[in-house]
Amino acid sequence: MGFPMLVPFSPWCWLLLLVVLKCSEASSDLNKSTNSTAQHEPNVRFAAASSEADEKISVFALDYDYVQIPYEVTLWILLASLAKIGFHLYHRLPGLMPESCLLIIVGALVGAIIFGTDHKSPPVMDSSIYFLYLLPPIVLEGGYFMPTRPFFENIGSILWWAGLGALINAFGIGLSLYLICQIKAFGLTDVNLLQNLLFGSLISAVDPVAVLAVFEEARVNEPLYMMIFGEALLNDGISVVLYNILIAFTKMHKFEDIEPVDILAGCARFIIVGVGGVFFGIIFGFISAFITRFTQNISAIEPLIVFMFSYLSYLAAETLYLSGILAITACAVTMKKYVEENVSQTSYTTIKYFMKMLSSVSETLIFIFMGVSTIGKNHEWNWAFICFTLVFCQIWRAISVFALFYVSNQFRTFPFSIKDQCIIFYSGVRGAGSFSLAFLLPLSLFPRKKMFVTATLVVIYFTVFIQGITIGPLVRYLDVRKTNKKESINEELHIRLMDHLKAGIEDVCGQWSHYQVRDKFKKFDHRYLRKILTRKNQPKSSIVSLYKKLEMKQAIEMVETGILSSTAFSVPHQAQRIHGTKRLSPEDVESMRDILTHNMYQVRQRTLSYNKYNLKPQTSEKQAKEILIRRQNTLRESMRKGHSLPWGKPAGTKNIRYLSFPYGHPQPIRRDPKVADFTGDDSSDSELPSIMFKPYPRTGTLKKETQEIIPMKSFPRGGKPCHFGYPRNTSQEEHVGAGRREALRPKPLFHAVDEEFESGEESEEEASAGGSRWSAEHRPSKQYHRSHSPLLQRK
Amino acid sequence: MWLSSKKQTKKPPNVQPETSLLRLYHRFRALDRNKKGYLSRVDLQQIGALAVNPLGERIIDSFFPDGNLRVDFPGFVRVLAHFRPVDDDDSGMRDPKQPEPLNSRMNKLRFVFQLYDLDRDGKISRHEMLQVLRLMVGVQVTEEQLESITDRTVQEADEDGDGAVSFLEFTKSLEKMDIEQKMSIRILK
Repeated sequence: MGFPMLVPFSPWCWLLLLVVLKCSEASSDLNKSTNSTAQHEPNVRFAAASSEADEKISVFALDYDYVQIPYEVTLWILLASLAKIGFHLYHRLPGLMPESCLLIIVGALVGAIIFGTDHKSPPVMDSSIYFLYLLPPIVLEGGYFMPTRPFFENIGSILWWAGLGALINAFGIGLSLYLICQIKAFGLTDVNLLQNLLFGSLISAVDPVAVLAVFEEARVNEPLYMMIFGEALLNDGISVVLYNILIAFTKMHKFEDIEPVDILAGCARFIIVGVGGVFFGIIFGFISAFITRFTQNISAIEPLIVFMFSYLSYLAAETLYLSGILAITACAVTMKKYVEENVSQTSYTTIKYFMKMLSSVSETLIFIFMGVSTIGKNHEWNWAFICFTLVFCQIWRAISVFALFYVSNQFRTFPFSIKDQCIIFYSGVRGAGSFSLAFLLPLSLFPRKKMFVTATLVVIYFTVFIQGITIGPLVRYLDVRKTNKKESINEELHIRLMDHLKAGIEDVCGQWSHYQVRDKFKKFDHRYLRKILTRKNQPKSSIVSLYKKLEMKQAIEMVETGILSSTAFSVPHQAQRIHGTKRLSPEDVESMRDILTHNMYQVRQRTLSYNKYNLKPQTSEKQAKEILIRRQNTLRESMRKGHSLPWGKPAGTKNIRYLSFPYGHPQPIRRDPKVADFTGDDSSDSELPSIMFKPYPRTGTLKKETQEIIPMKSFPRGGKPCHFGYPRNTSQEEHVGAGRREALRPKPLFHAVDEEFESGEESEEEASAGGSRWSAEHRPSKQYHRSHSPLLQRK
Repeated sequence: MWLSSKKQTKKPPNVQPETSLLRLYHRFRALDRNKKGYLSRVDLQQIGALAVNPLGERIIDSFFPDGNLRVDFPGFVRVLAHFRPVDDDDSGMRDPKQPEPLNSRMNKLRFVFQLYDLDRDGKISRHEMLQVLRLMVGVQVTEEQLESITDRTVQEADEDGDGAVSFLEFTKSLEKMDIEQKMSIRILK
């Protein structure tokens, strides 16, 4: 793990370290010198300057104190980023261990440097900074990227598991540790019950999402995924609420004064805090969604609105001592759906990326701080406490997992298997949350704070490294996948085909659970909420919005890099091909296998694969675009050639009916009369050469036609090997003629986009004519047309 | 109830447990936008997720066998019945005189075979294999690479040297694969 990772970024890192060392040496000198003059005054710089007024003005001077805090924080973040670059350069590493491992190592490194140079680390972490600035971005990111539909489908199980699980873990660990503390031999008798309970609550805050990336490829099934995600989401909130309640208890005079009434009050407070927080979050979510409805003209402030309102929900909840974490989570979940429809595409991307950036900066800082405090003098090592903490963490997690899931399985339609439960148990990796809470324990109430911090650190290190690294192999082992066997090309192709098939059939079957409740909510949503919260004239179809995102620039790029040009489509090559069996060498086979594995389309995953540290939407979007473009082309080809169904049925008049507009479509779209000649069907004859995509520069139509005709000529030859029984009218003239008529057809692809980019009048008629033809013939979905007409109407 | 009103049947669909059949019916009704009582291609094409599936059109075509333009509920169920998980205790008690259940391994493989073999001649020709490959592969792969991969694929599976893959050869090439598990959808149980 060490060497290959260190090598890529070592030059920069050593440089940085040297710089840091130099600065820290310089600053420690400066510290000693300025200590004698002005002590930590904000204007120490100016004081020094004024005292030098009688001396010569120095040309070069070093003033480190002034910039120390931001300087060092920036260096830390940069260091962590460089480490991440190195981590991902060696592409096998992310699959081996979670990224938290990396951050901890970097933190330990920085801690070692600071310790080694005897430098005072900047006060990055104290209670207010953590709770006000570092924690909200992390929680916001978790809430925003949560897939809502599976969450709400499994919400019963998730609440049951996350809520009760956290409580069971906290109280279980606390009580067991208290019992251990009673044993005089360990020297822990001064740790009373409340302190143990508090420790239990903070150590039970897990961060299982950190390990999700490790077993991502193992195709964890959706409910399991949601369990892990939901637990991570709610766990932080619950631990913090518990922590605060228990701190409030600890602040009360003496332990013996606590009566059952207080305990009941505590429970009631727990519920109120939770529910109140969620309530606040939902309100703020709706407000921000409503405001984004009106931001068309200043889309630059859209991300600002989103972030500020989420943050405001957090602060507002915290004002009333409600749970800010749950508030910000609820806000993110509520506003996401409506905001994503309202904001522009660039704002949407900005929001996503900025959220990731903020949360990863926060987490990096926390981990580095953790590393810094690891290597220091403030530890208290107590073998018994630490070992028993580790043991009890595992035991209680196992108990809570198996007991709670046993109960919830009785009520689920698709119960969780033992394998799933084992995965959930093993993914109980602690993270930055526990450390922060431990670090922020008030020393006055916790005289043995150092021991708690040490124990927390040990648990975190253990779970992150050992569990994090071994969970990958464990999941793969449980999955019993034959990944080691070398599959023949045949098998690989067929396997991928079957995966696609299965995904497609699953889509046909649709989502099944709790459809009644969901339907009711959807109706309510459509009737009231959407009208208030989203802008008008939104194309409802996801296909159209996907095309909107296919920007002209990207299309031009695609052509320029030669990806989609099929003039290299060697048709004569195909016709001449002899069916001779060529003996292929193993290297050829290997290279073929490589080509296949790298280039075959990924099966669409039903849950968005969530990676805490990275956003990887590009591949699937590109893939989806390619598939859609290809599909459009094949539909177009099938129309043009007058194909009917591939099973030999001749094109009959029956099919013409399907060319007319689908039933009950309210908008009459101007149909080109030539369209009726085409007796096509919408079956995609993907047998035809399908990768043909001509970019249409926005110049004259004549150029387009000539461009179109040339490749069209090659089609009859290409069409010959198709053995289908349809009546083939393959006269070249007809094809050329069809080509000429065809010339305008692909234009709508861009004109749909054009309308977005330039509201030029000159494209209007062509757009509507082309658009009508396009929509009349291609008809991939009814929504297309409903949404297409608003596009046309807007003109 | 639904089973009686069909004309073009070969064998009755499997008896499915009540709840999943009911859910399939609700799904059928939800897909059937105009309450026609049957589904047409357009209805299935409106499933957005299918549009970005590389095999989307072929999957839709498989619901309309023999060139039909409509599929009613029994037909819908019949196709989906291929994807039911195989119950181990079913196979033991099966009466050999009855037709094989739709979710047997053989029938699942036949379903997959029909995705390749569009002209229904019982063989996957080289050309048909090429078409499928082209559908499933990104645009960066050149034509020559695709052709050589196709050649290799057909070559691996073809045993009698006719340059095409028959159904038996197809099943043979997949004999090591756990088809039952791969082509099973849990919710259809």
